[in-house]
Parts: sequence; structure tokens; C-alpha cells
Amino acid sequence: MEWANQLCENRQFGSKMTDSKYFTTTKKGEIFELKAELNSDKKEKKKEAVKKVIASMTVGKDVSALFPDVVNCMQTDNLELKKLVYLYLMNYAKSQPDMAIMAVNTFVKDCEDANPLIRALAVRTMGCIRVDKITEYLCEPLRKCLKDEDPYVRKTAAVCVAKLHDINAQLVEDQGFLDTLKDLISDSNPMVVANAVAALSEIAESHPNSNLLDLNPQSINKLLTALNECTEWGQIFILDCLANYTPRDDRESQSICERVTPRLSHANSAVVLSAVKVLMKFMEMLPKDLDYYSTLLKKLAPPLVTLLSAEPELQYVALRNINLIVQKRPEILKHEMKVFFVKYNDPIYVKLEKLDIMIRLASQANIAQVLAELKEYATEVDVDFVRKAVRAIGRCAIKVEQSAERCVSTLLDLIQTKVNYVVQEAIVVIKDIFRKYPNKYESVIATLCENLDSLDEPEARAAMIWIVGEYAERIDNADELLESFLEGFHDESTQVQLQLLTAIVKLFLKKPTETQELVQQVLSLATQDSDNPDLRDRGYIYWRLLSTDPVAAKEVVLAEKPLISEETDLIEPTLLEELICHIGTLASVYHKPPSAFVEGSRGVMHKRLPARTGSGESTESPDVGTAAGGSAPEAAPSIIPSQGDLLGDLLNLDMAPPTTSGPPPPTTGMQMGGMDLLGGGLDSLLGGDIGGSPAMGAGFGAAPAVMPASLNAPVGGGLGDLFDLGGVGMPMGAYIPPKIVWLPAMKAKGLEISGTFARRAGVIQMELILTNKAMSVMTDFAIQFNRNSFGLAPAGPLQVLTPLGPNQTIEVSLPLSTVGPVMKMDPLNNLQVAVKNNIDVFYFSCQYPISMLFVEDGKMERQVFLATWKDIPNDNESQFQIKDCHLNSDAASSKLQGSNIFTIAKRTVEGQDMLYMSIKLSNGIWVLAELRVQAGNPNYTISLKCRAPEVSQCVFQCYEAVLKN
Amino acid sequence: MSASAVFVLDLKGKVLICRNYKGDVDMAEIDHFLPLLMTQEEEGLTCPIMSHGNVHFLWIKHTNLYLVATTNKNSNASLVYAFLYKVVEVFTEYFTELEEESIQDNFVVVYELLDELMDFGFPQTTDSKILQEYITQEGTKLEVAKTKVPTTVTNAVSWRSEGIKYKKNEVFIDVIESINLLVSGFTRRMLGLIHVNANGSVMSSDIVGTVKLKTMLSGMPELRLGLNDRALFALTGRDKGKTVTMEDVKFHQCVRLSRFESDRTISFIPPDGESELMSYRINTHVKPLIWIESVIEKFSHSRVEIMVKAKGQFKKQSVANNVEVRVPVPSDADSPKFKTSTGHAKYVPEKNLAVWTIKSFPGGKEFLMRASFGLPSVENDEMEGKPPITVNFEIPYFTVSGIQVRYMKIIEKSGYQALPWVRYITQSGDYQLRSNF
Repeated sequence: MEWANQLCENRQFGSKMTDSKYFTTTKKGEIFELKAELNSDKKEKKKEAVKKVIASMTVGKDVSALFPDVVNCMQTDNLELKKLVYLYLMNYAKSQPDMAIMAVNTFVKDCEDANPLIRALAVRTMGCIRVDKITEYLCEPLRKCLKDEDPYVRKTAAVCVAKLHDINAQLVEDQGFLDTLKDLISDSNPMVVANAVAALSEIAESHPNSNLLDLNPQSINKLLTALNECTEWGQIFILDCLANYTPRDDRESQSICERVTPRLSHANSAVVLSAVKVLMKFMEMLPKDLDYYSTLLKKLAPPLVTLLSAEPELQYVALRNINLIVQKRPEILKHEMKVFFVKYNDPIYVKLEKLDIMIRLASQANIAQVLAELKEYATEVDVDFVRKAVRAIGRCAIKVEQSAERCVSTLLDLIQTKVNYVVQEAIVVIKDIFRKYPNKYESVIATLCENLDSLDEPEARAAMIWIVGEYAERIDNADELLESFLEGFHDESTQVQLQLLTAIVKLFLKKPTETQELVQQVLSLATQDSDNPDLRDRGYIYWRLLSTDPVAAKEVVLAEKPLISEETDLIEPTLLEELICHIGTLASVYHKPPSAFVEGSRGVMHKRLPARTGSGESTESPDVGTAAGGSAPEAAPSIIPSQGDLLGDLLNLDMAPPTTSGPPPPTTGMQMGGMDLLGGGLDSLLGGDIGGSPAMGAGFGAAPAVMPASLNAPVGGGLGDLFDLGGVGMPMGAYIPPKIVWLPAMKAKGLEISGTFARRAGVIQMELILTNKAMSVMTDFAIQFNRNSFGLAPAGPLQVLTPLGPNQTIEVSLPLSTVGPVMKMDPLNNLQVAVKNNIDVFYFSCQYPISMLFVEDGKMERQVFLATWKDIPNDNESQFQIKDCHLNSDAASSKLQGSNIFTIAKRTVEGQDMLYMSIKLSNGIWVLAELRVQAGNPNYTISLKCRAPEVSQCVFQCYEAVLKN
Repeated sequence: MSASAVFVLDLKGKVLICRNYKGDVDMAEIDHFLPLLMTQEEEGLTCPIMSHGNVHFLWIKHTNLYLVATTNKNSNASLVYAFLYKVVEVFTEYFTELEEESIQDNFVVVYELLDELMDFGFPQTTDSKILQEYITQEGTKLEVAKTKVPTTVTNAVSWRSEGIKYKKNEVFIDVIESINLLVSGFTRRMLGLIHVNANGSVMSSDIVGTVKLKTMLSGMPELRLGLNDRALFALTGRDKGKTVTMEDVKFHQCVRLSRFESDRTISFIPPDGESELMSYRINTHVKPLIWIESVIEKFSHSRVEIMVKAKGQFKKQSVANNVEVRVPVPSDADSPKFKTSTGHAKYVPEKNLAVWTIKSFPGGKEFLMRASFGLPSVENDEMEGKPPITVNFEIPYFTVSGIQVRYMKIIEKSGYQALPWVRYITQSGDYQLRSNF
């Protein structure tokens, strides 16, 4: 009462009343007071009370106790009050499902109200009340609203179908709502069409196999017509939907492009980007000699440039996408370098992206301008930006050979500034330039050496040490310089220690007389006083090499290094294609496929660009000749003499190019101990690792996951025992099936392949034994996979570096990635493989245990497990029996854990142990399991629940295999 | 597809108001937003997209508010940002100013608007003029106005209501061109102490033009705008005097884009009142309308001497108004002294700028400003950026590109006579001359 008086007073004085008054203090018994007011007879008082309730809700107070009182206010003809009550319902219905039923009647009634605003409001709100119990009552009202005479109600009802589907998909299908929704695509009202398209796309996205969006030329035509009439948002829904269509031929493709291009003139940047997506995708099908093709290319540039005057966040999205577009079709923006020049007031994220694109567009024609700009940026104050600008200068030098000299002199100018981080960054990139153009710019070494003392970052120190070691013969005081680093050897980071070791050995081999003491010192520091296995083993190898055969040591350590390639930061082509299909979305911003960051994106839907029709090139045929990474330089073998001896092997280890330029598997950094000693360790031993390429960055630890191919090949002298140190196949506890013959010799002209799959420290390995049962030598091995259910692909080339003589056998480990193209196989875990050698190409298929794909972070939180278990429909549950298993539940649990099957909880009911477990597949699919073990009963029962039930069978097989081995 | 929920936060990260659209992301995830942002800010690397677990935050900042959208899907990021900016626009039109207080003062309307603007993550009606027809602030007004949905909401013409009446039918057309310019700088070092700065050559320049309308027309008029567009003249084969090549044109959603694509006709039913009809970009090399030469001599530990010469490089008949030359000075500068041949100069210490204002600047004229500042003997350790010299100005009755409205045809079925009025203005856009401190 008091409050109402106050209100009146305020009104009288004419002072401006605002909603903020509802937020005023909490008094004792507030809920009680509100309750009374809510039940008041006076309309106005009721409304004010509801407003106060909503205000409390907004500031986060729990007003759920008022549920029945608020719902009582629902039956009103006051629209504002009704909206408030609905708002309250949306917030609290989930926590009070039983009481939410009370609201059903009013919803049903409101859906038949004379006022379309109320009908729409009711149908919109009821979809937001995610309570299973009410959903079935809502079907009838929804059915009516979908056929409502008012388009405002129909467009709202269309979205409601998607909401309902999210809560109870089966119900929506049974009620035939999906068909009604499809009919709405032909609605006379463009906004209804747009919302129907949006709803269908949303449903289709979560049910990729439903074939809901049955796009055909007729429905495409309808969409294109609606495109001209609906709101900007509707246009985006339609364009995004169109992007999923694959035209039948280039003519259809062209006609769609023609009707989509006008959208490039829309003021809304999101409409423009969605149109660009459709065009970039469909363009793929147009013959390049077509006039229209070049017209289209020309039309794309101006709108892309204009996006750079949008709001900064939109600019950022645009720039990340332009980065993809210039990699896919560099010709579109090749003349637009200037628009990417950085402005003083650009936010840092825009600046960094612009810089990246500038380098991609850099060419001989514009390099002078680019360099002038980069130099300007390098004298800015923003540290991250400056660093990137300096790096960019190095990348220009490597990319545009003609500019290398100017780049080097620019870098020298920058070193003169003596700004600490500029100097360090410059030294890191100069090292790369040395690797690209050996024996050309060594005159600058003296200047670099002057700055030795100011280097405090490991990467810069390592780079400088590498330079000193590499050019030790030209630096008079190389020994003094290196010695100065040696003083604080143990405080240095690993990469510096490794470099220092290699550099001093190099120095010793070049000037043996003066540096004997130094080399002894570093070898003992590395082997005796260090805890780092990489460092120790590298030290031992050098030691033995130097003591057994100094000539061989010289040949190994001072071997000519392979040149680094120009563009190592390009996105891997299949990933790039997929990302082009996702222009404008988060995937295009992250430069990662959706499966990498969307949980349970079900792996089956990697988007691809359509194949060009008419022309012979088919994207399907597995082209065995090229390595999966695409960037593996063909020229590589010609630089390194392919000798059959140890030296050749050692050298070739170093050769493995960083083929995974896509997102690297997150675990590469922690390569498994035993193996890495040989893989990463040896590899870096040759000094080649230091910035094998600019993209590798701090790539010491993350050395390419390539295994030495010839572990069992005869190795010379004292090195043999060294290899035993590490040993392959440390017992990790994971189940590895025994090797079986995949390809019998008689089917493959004498080549026999047997193998198995293993998961070691997060890396999936295909372990192969190749046996030559023919009379002639086999060489030039390569491997490729066909598309498969989980996108398995070789993460590097097949490392068979020595020719395989008759009756010889070789064991090879091939690391696999899961970022390859995806196609559902039958059975799910089937893998089709092509192996090539100098004789022919052979095909075989094999099946991998799905447990290989169980990732290490597959342990679900208990709460999440509970919620997820409930959330997955019961239809997705499958039950299996495991017979004759004699483990107790704890033993089973720990055995399963070894294969990344994690026990989350254990319950014992009447002598029966129930284990609840979770598994996460590499593509983000979760599998939940309940394992029942009865003491004394050798038969287990297992129930599996998964959103993608098709994997259950495979998972069950794994359980069986793991438990019985 | 797009946002799962939308939040409005204050600068401390407290949720002022939010709306859960899809229910697939835990609303408590928003608590991670500010800590993430703080970490990024500490590292000096903010990014408009941040993620925590499998939740992604897409955010913008407006006055003292953060507007954040969350999602756990591969959402259309450009749509989300465009939508967030649209929300700002709608709220601003409703509350005049959008800030913390206006959200609190109007939470009921904000809830209503959030409900209408987006449904299940799909943006719906976002035209504030139309929204204002059925979502009004005054409860009393509601009862009458809200008895039915304005047909406009779902019409193909979703931006203009029927039944608009004016006594006098007029339309005002403003053609505004903004000049963006970037001029390089170069440095000469003298005696190792004095830095003489001068300005170099034009690195890039372009014109961004907009055509704004103020429509005061009755009924549902059909409008056709004719410009001296080179592509149009090439199509029709006519050649009448000067034409202009527009690099990229963007239109308000009322313009029929397919019509423009096929025969370059700009035809539309205009929104009522003020609106931006179109914008265009022209890439031609523009002669800098106001050219600045500056010599900045820095005598470390003692003083800075600045000499700025401004020259009007446009027609003698024209006059530039409200010219403002903003020259950056070191942050530790003190005791400013100015001398100007015209206008007025002052020191704005909070922005580290010397601002020289000239109310009226005729074409062809040249003016001079000298300034000197003291510098402390103990120098500021912190590195300072190298902000550019910027210039603001406005030249009426003139466009650099030479674009012209040739006609505006107005046809309404009632057959009234309507008058179009045209104004031209050229102004500074992003007009920067790099300096080297």
C-alpha cells in the first residue's frame, strides 16, 4: 500500500518513473508481501507485483516460490501482464515441472485467442518451456498455429517446431510436423518461408542423416524467389541453406550464382558473407574458361573490400574468411594489397589478421610497398604486433626471392634500433633466411654477434647458437661465444641446450684442435648432469659417433641440410575446402573444422566443395603418389643422397617435413617417452630441426610425429645398443590386437603386409610389417587411405627409406590423424588402404579396433554423465552380453582404463557391481556405458548409450577384446 | 545456427539482463566471460571470439556494457555480430542512450524486445520503427495499439507501414562523401637528437559515399533514383557529361537488388522518415583536399617545436567548415605556446594532442600554425605510440567524386506531386597523416 501511494505521489509531481524502482531493497518477508499483492483483485496492483517479481528474477533472486501465484495471473486480457507471466514461466517451469502443467490450459486457450499477437506469443513461449510433461499437450495448439491465417503466427509456429524437436524429436516426427514444416517452404509469405528454412536447417544439422532438406531444383527455385523478398536475416537463413545444395551441373550452378550475386550489394555484412559462401562453393563447378567465371571472380573483390569498413568484430570475421579465400583463390584479391594496410586505430586483432593477409598477397609486383609498410609497423609500440611484423619481413624474404636482399637489410636496420624484442625476433627470422638461401647473406653475422648479450628469449638464443655453430668456420671467436653460453647451461631451456650441444659438436668437427676441451665439457654436461632424456641421448649419440668414427660423425653432423619450403603455413587443402563451405561461421574464424570444437558433431558431415563437372579430375580417386599432407616437397629426396646405410637413415629422419599444417593433434607435444628418444631426438640431432620452417615455430618438442622407419634395420657398431635404450612399445596398458596379414604376397606381386593398430600416448599408430617375398628390390613406398568413418589419415608419409631387398622385412609405424575426409563405412571401422611401391599400387581393407579412437580426456563429470544419460533417448540404448570373463569389477575397470574407457562411478546392488563408464571418440562423440558384473558369474551385461547408436556395436567389440586379452 | 543466449553485462561482468533462447548452453557459463576477457587484456591480445570448454562467447562493447552471445554450435559468427549491433541500434532508438542505467530503467521493455528480436536463436523483426508500432513503452498505450500485429511485420515490405499521411509531400536527399586518406611519413635524423618529421606521399585514399533520405511522403510511394553512374550510362549507351564509377554499392533492404543487378535501376519503396538508402565506395586517387605539411623537431630533454602548414586544395569558390587539425604531442609535454596565422589552437593534454581549429577555410588558401612545448629533463621511459596527424573538415555543396542526383521519380497511386531536395557534402573520413615521433 505504502508503495502504491508513493507511486501516486510521484505521478502527481510528474517526475519520470522508471522500472528501476522495482529493484529497490529487499525487506523481510518480501516474498510474503508479493504473494499478497499477486493475489490482489486490482489489476494494476497485480501487474506491478508481477513486475517486481520479474525484477527480482532479473537480479538473480530466487522467486520460484511464487510460481502458483504468478501462474494465477496468467489469465488476463492485459498483454503486458501476460508477457511478464510468460517470461516468468520460461525461467522457472523447468524447476517446477509439476506446477508447469497448471499453465497448459491457458496456453491452449491463448493459442485460439482472437488476437494474433497473443496466439503467436503463446506458441512462442510454450516452445521455450522445456518440460517433457507438457510437450504432448502442446501438439494440438501447435498444429493449429502452423495453419493459422495470420503469417505472424505461422512464422512463429515454424520456429516452434524446431524447439519441440529439440525436446522430443520422436514426438515431432510422429505428429507429422516435419511435413507441415516442409510445406511451409511454399508459403506465400516470405518471412514464413525464411523461418521454415531456418527451422528445417537447424533440425537437419542435428540429424544429418534425416534427409530433411531434400533440396532439388524445384525447392531451390522457391528459395531463390523468397530470397528477394524476405528480411535480411531471412536472406541469411536461405543463403546458408542454399550452400548445402550441390547443383547437378555447371549450368545450374551458374544460374544459382547469377541469382545470388545481387546479395553482394546488401548493406548487412552477414548477408554478404553468406552470399560469398554460396558463390565460392558453386564456382568450383564452373569451367575456368567460361566468361562468366571470370566475371564472377571480378564481382567478388569489391564487396570483400567493403567488409573492411564494417564494425571491427565483423571486420575480424571478414578478415579470417578472406584469409581462407586468398588461399583458395588468390586471383580475387591480388590487386587489393593496399586495403589491408594497417591503420593506427585498428584493434590489435584486426591488425594481426591484416598482416597475415598482406604476406599472403605479397608478390614480386608489390613487395616494395609491403616491405615499406612492414618496416613502419616494426617501429610501432604494440609488442605483439611488432613481433609479427618482423616475422612477416622474414616470411617475405622466403616467399619472394627477389626481395630477400632488401628484407635482410631491413632486418639489419631494425636490429640497429636495439629494441630488445625486435632484435630477438629479427635474429629468429634471419636464421630462417640462412636456411633458405645458404651462403648468401653470411656477411651480416658480425652484426648479429654484437647483439648476443641482449638475447634473453630461448627461441632467439637457440637461433643465434645455431647460426654460430653452422658458420663456426667464419666466426673467429665462435668458441668464445659458445663457451659463454655454456656457463649457465643448466638454466637454459631445453631447446637452447640441444642447440648448444649440436653447435659445439659442429664447431669441434670444424676446428678440432682448439675446441677439444669445450666439446668434452658439453658432452659431460649433457650426458651426466642432465635429467632430460632427449638431451642425454643426443649427447650419447654424439659421444659414440665421435669416438668410433669421426669421419662418419662429420658426414652426419655437417651434412647438407634440406632447404625450407616457402609457404608452410598454408591450410591443408581438404581442410581448406571444408572451411570454405563454412564461410561466415565459427569454423571459418577458428580455421578448424566444426567437428574439432562442436561436441558430438557426429563426424559424418564434413562438408566438401562440389567436384567440377565435365572435367576429368575427380576428387574421389585416391592419388597414391602424393603424400597426405600435400606439402611434402617432392624435391626432398634429391637433396639427400638415398644411401642404404646408417648415415642415409639418420639423415632421412631429419627430412620428415612438417606435413600436418592443419591443427596438429594436441598430444604431439608429449610424444611417448621411449619412442621420442629416437624420433624427435635423433631428428633434432642433426641440427636440421631448428626452424625447419617458419611455421614450425618453437617446434623442438613438437617434432613431426614420424617414427624412424628402420629400427630393425641393421645398424652399425656401437649405436645398436643405444637404440635398445628406448625400446619400442612401452607397455601402456592399451589393448593392441595381434598383427594379422592384411595383404597376402600373392595378391600384391610379392609384397606382404601385415599389421595392427595401436594408440600410444594419444597418438594413433598403424603398425605395419612389410615383407618382400619377390625376387626384386622394392622402393618408393607410399600409402594413402580412402575416406572413412572417422577421418583417419596418415599424419606423415610412409617412412620406408631404404629399399626393401628380397626376403627382407621391415617394421614401420605410421602415425595417423583424424582430420581427414569423412565418409561412413560399412562396417563402421572399415578402412580401405592403398599402398604404392615401384612395382604397382595395391589395395586392401582392414578393420581397426574403435578403441584406438578413444581419447584421453574421455572422463565425464558425474553430473554431466547423469544428465547425458537421461538426455539420450532410450531407443539409442543397446545391450550386449560378454561371456566367459573372469575378472572382478576392479580388474575390469583398470584394464578398460588402459584403453581410455573411464569408470566414473561404481555401485553395488545385491552383490552385483554396476560400473558406469564414459568414452569419448576422437570426433567428439560420447559413449556412456553401464557394465554389470555379478560375483561368480562369468557373464557380464553391458548397456551402451550414445547419440550416434551406430557406434555401439563396435564399442561392444572393443569391450570384449579388451576384457578378454 | 546462431546464438543460444544473449546477455547484457556491466563492465564488472555482472549480468544486467539476459535471455536464454535455446537452452543448450548452461546460463552460468557467462561467469567465465569476464575472467577470460581480463586474461586476454593483460596479454594485450583481445579477440571478439573467446571460448571456454565448448562454449563460445561472441561479444561487442557499447558504452559501459558488454553484449555477449553464447553458443556451442558452429554458429554463423557474422550473423551474430550483425545481430548484436542491431540490438544496440534498436535499444538506442528506444532509450535514446544505451547504457547500464537505461537497461535497468526499462527492463520490462528490454525483455519484450529480446523476445521479439530473436526466436530460438533466429533473428526476427529488427526494424525499430516497426517494432515501435506494437512494442511501446507506455503500458497505457499498449492496450489500444497492440490489439493486432502490424501487417508490416510479415509483409514483403517490412520496413514501411501503410496509411502514412503528410500534408506536404517531400523527400530530402543528402549525398555525403567521406574522404579516407593515409599519407606516409618519413624521418630524418639530425645530430642524433633532433627528429625532423615531414609528410610524404599518399599511400592510399578512397571515397565512401552515402545517400541519406528523409522521406515525408504519404501512402506507398514508388521511388526511382537516377545517378550519373557510369555503368548505367554504359548500359543505356547514353553519354551525357561526367559519370562516376562506383566500386561497390550497398543498399538498404528496401532497394530491389536484382533490379539493380540487371539494369542498374535504383527502385524502392522508402522507409518513412530518416534512413540510409545506399552507400558506395570509389577507389580513385583523390587529391588530398586539405594537405598538411608538418615539421616536428624534438630536442630531447628540452622541448618540441611543431610547425604545421595546412593548404586547401579545392576550388576557390568552396569553403571548408570546422576544420580541425589534430597534432599528436609527447605525453610528458608541458607549457604549450601557440602562434597561428588564422583560427585558434589549444592543447588537449588528456589526449596528448594539439588541436588547431579553423572555422572557415577557403579553397586555395594556406595557413600556418607554430607550437612549442617543453619537455622534462627526465624522459618518460615508456615507449609511446606514433599516432598520426588527423584532420576533420566539412565542405558543403560539393562532392569530390562528382556524383550527381540526376532525378528522383516519385509515383504514388493517389497521384500527388512530391518535391525532392538534394544536398551535397564532402567531409573527412579516416584522414590520417603518419608522423614519426
